[in-house]
Amino acid sequence: MRYRLDINDSVREVDVPPEMPLLWVLRGELGLLGAKYGCGVGLCGACTVHVGGAAQRSCQLAVSQVGHAKVYTIEHIGTTATGKRVQEAWLKIDVMQCGYCQAGQIMSACALLGRTARPNDAEINAAMAGNICRCGCYNRIRSAIRIAAGMEEESSRVA
Amino acid sequence: MSREQLRAGLDRRTVLKASLLAGGGLALEVLVPLPRALGATEKEGAAPAQLSAFVSIAPDGTVTIMSKNPEIGQGIKTSLPMIVADELDCDWSQVRIAQADLDQKRYGEQYAGGSTATTRDWLPMRQTGAAARAMLVQAAANKWHVDASELTTAKGRIHHPGSGRSIGYGEVASAAAAVPPPDLGTVPLKRPEQFTIIGRPVVGIDSARIVRGEPIFGIDTRRPGMLYAVYEVAPAHGGRLIKADVEAAKQSPGVRHVVPIVGNGDADSGLADGVAIVATNWWLANEARSKLKVDWDLSASKGHSSSIYQANADAAMAAGAGADLRVDGDPAGKLASAARRIAARYDYPFIAHAPMEPQNCTARFADGKLEIWAPSQTPQRGMDQLKKVFGLEPEAVTLHLTRAGGGFGRRLVNDYMMQVVAIAKAIPGVPIQLMWSRQDDMRRDYYRPGGWHSFEAGISAQGELIAFSDHFVTFGDGKNPARAAGFNPAMPPAGLIEHLRYSQSMMPTVVTTGALRAPGSNALCFASQSFLDEVALAAGTDLPHLMLAMLGTRREIAPPPGGVPFDTGRARDVIEQVVQSSDWAHKPKEPGRAKGFAFYFSHRGYFAEVVEASVAGRGIAVHKVWVAGDIGSQIVNPLGAENQVRGAVIDGLAQAFAGQAIEFVDGVVQQSNFHDFPLARMPATPEIEIAWVRSDKPPTGLGEPALPPVIPALTNAIFAATGTRIRSLPVRLKSA
Repeated sequence: MRYRLDINDSVREVDVPPEMPLLWVLRGELGLLGAKYGCGVGLCGACTVHVGGAAQRSCQLAVSQVGHAKVYTIEHIGTTATGKRVQEAWLKIDVMQCGYCQAGQIMSACALLGRTARPNDAEINAAMAGNICRCGCYNRIRSAIRIAAGMEEESSRVA
Repeated sequence: MSREQLRAGLDRRTVLKASLLAGGGLALEVLVPLPRALGATEKEGAAPAQLSAFVSIAPDGTVTIMSKNPEIGQGIKTSLPMIVADELDCDWSQVRIAQADLDQKRYGEQYAGGSTATTRDWLPMRQTGAAARAMLVQAAANKWHVDASELTTAKGRIHHPGSGRSIGYGEVASAAAAVPPPDLGTVPLKRPEQFTIIGRPVVGIDSARIVRGEPIFGIDTRRPGMLYAVYEVAPAHGGRLIKADVEAAKQSPGVRHVVPIVGNGDADSGLADGVAIVATNWWLANEARSKLKVDWDLSASKGHSSSIYQANADAAMAAGAGADLRVDGDPAGKLASAARRIAARYDYPFIAHAPMEPQNCTARFADGKLEIWAPSQTPQRGMDQLKKVFGLEPEAVTLHLTRAGGGFGRRLVNDYMMQVVAIAKAIPGVPIQLMWSRQDDMRRDYYRPGGWHSFEAGISAQGELIAFSDHFVTFGDGKNPARAAGFNPAMPPAGLIEHLRYSQSMMPTVVTTGALRAPGSNALCFASQSFLDEVALAAGTDLPHLMLAMLGTRREIAPPPGGVPFDTGRARDVIEQVVQSSDWAHKPKEPGRAKGFAFYFSHRGYFAEVVEASVAGRGIAVHKVWVAGDIGSQIVNPLGAENQVRGAVIDGLAQAFAGQAIEFVDGVVQQSNFHDFPLARMPATPEIEIAWVRSDKPPTGLGEPALPPVIPALTNAIFAATGTRIRSLPVRLKSA
């Protein structure tokens, strides 16, 4: 089946089975490699992208369900004000260890800050609970979100 | 790259080669020991180097440092080049880091495991940087006709205070290549207070690319014309391929090849039997698996079930002690005559590594040559295995190292590399990327093996621990334990008390086992520090004070053969530190809330940790973890070091109470994904406070030693909070 997708503000055409998850369209057909495969069943969040303004697990979204929704991936997020602040905050305290899950973490964090400009810890925990970091960078992910939200000085201790 | 080799002032074991880079500039390479022939060119690869570093300086002053080891999230790609750059006395902003391909003749050991790199490379990396600096200084001295001792350096520039002249490294780099290299053994090194990069928080070299989602991991490898593969293996450990009907799978959309592969029956270090499906998109390959009809011989898997392993272990423990591993003094006599004797059994399950990036590897085979892109912790072992399994000579193989999405010991084994090479050889000329599904990864791990401990302790009338024994039941062939299933005869309290016995029994397994972050220690620490907590309470004290009493005076205890000496003073210092920083004496007042303590020494690191947790019904909340660690005189990169400690703590807590256990029924793994093998998630993450104890010892590694103590610190806290002793992992509390 042919699909016209609106990805990172450009129209991309693919010819794939309707059940193919968006993740494998991005990675396998379009060369957008930022979204990662982690579990294939929506449990880890490594494949998180924005679809129609919401964070979605791209491994759980068939290409036929995407329709005309605007899809944004980690490759694009730095062009948005929130995305840029989040990326900078991630770098200020060097959140990551292996880094494999971080594209998904950043996409979930950007979605959170898009709807809640100054999230409290409970809101951060709830928004990020679906994103696994096997290396255990959670303290710094929390801090980076607070820094990006202007709620924490970059120089403050990472707890 | 043209090379003109120079030599001078070489000691017997160490050679420093300097050479001109094409286009000008200085390249330095340290080789230990002496190559076979000094005139041997790099192309011949004749130098049997065990350690080397490679530095080049471009005319514009850009310093390129080769990163030789696999980067799996431990931060080595940043920290080792920091050491070189500091002694070189350049500015970190001038430094570029390039990932080296596998070439141990040129770079020395290239692996990620055992928290060994900092220990091994700290001094050679400093010498490499210092030697390069000395040559640059000499080149400037020659240019200015002054004595090198009159010159100083800072931030990649050489200064002559006497005349006020200064010059950048890049401007003298070519001339420096003609300067006789200094003796590495005597080249002056900085005093620690002169460090400008070491000890400063440095952001990881790949971090900026990671936040932009750039393709740097194994599964991001892309080659022209590449196809994607899955590899269906037997559903049970120990299974063999009988026959495969592949026609239906071949008709599946996007599928280009279906290739049954008969391995060598050696899942552990060879090639497992399987059926490869190769398609234009990985998802299409994976979808086609349901259309395979494969007959497997599962006869060898029968009886390899968790319940049977448990029954075997119970029988072994009931039968008494196994084969002696260590006997000090008269443990039987002292146990018999002790005023008080306590005994308990502990056990822990098989667990999976579950790195976020599933096992994967990319390979292209053409005209007898193989090119591989591998997220492997042990690329050289992979190379050796390629020769054993396929008869591929190293000269025919180019192996590129990609960043790995986590390792934790899983990628010490190169089974996925053998699989992709088998596929690539069947489809010559086509690059093949093999990726396992999460289910594959969960079911075909080299698991941390389960184990059982039957402890006994004798306590004197004065409340001293006078005798101790542990009968360890593990997996193995009766002579040797399975991979990573061995015991550590130096496990405390060995060496700290007079009368002690460690013994071992084994049962066979068809399950593949392997090292998981802090192998051995991650399990032995739980069992032994939990039981010692029982001993401490029975003796009327608490675990930190029992440990301090046993550690006694500051001294070094000689290790068993092949081990590392144990410094009781360093152990005392971290215990005293964590007792102080956690305010150990102050007990939480809330009911169901308490602190627990544990200590361990592993991978040369001394760690004492306190966990404050509360228990309500079956729910456990960890509020805070205090860590005191001694990994020597210098933390290379505090930003990376703290991340390693936090990660180890969170990893250990997940092992303890997230519900992690891999179980088998006739060799079939019962878990498959993160719903039944849960990993740590943000809401359960506690505050973690780290205190470094700086001893005067050389710095050592940090990937592992912070992990073991947190598990018994938690289970000891649960006992303190509830009176329920946790003797089996994972922690599963019954409702109150």
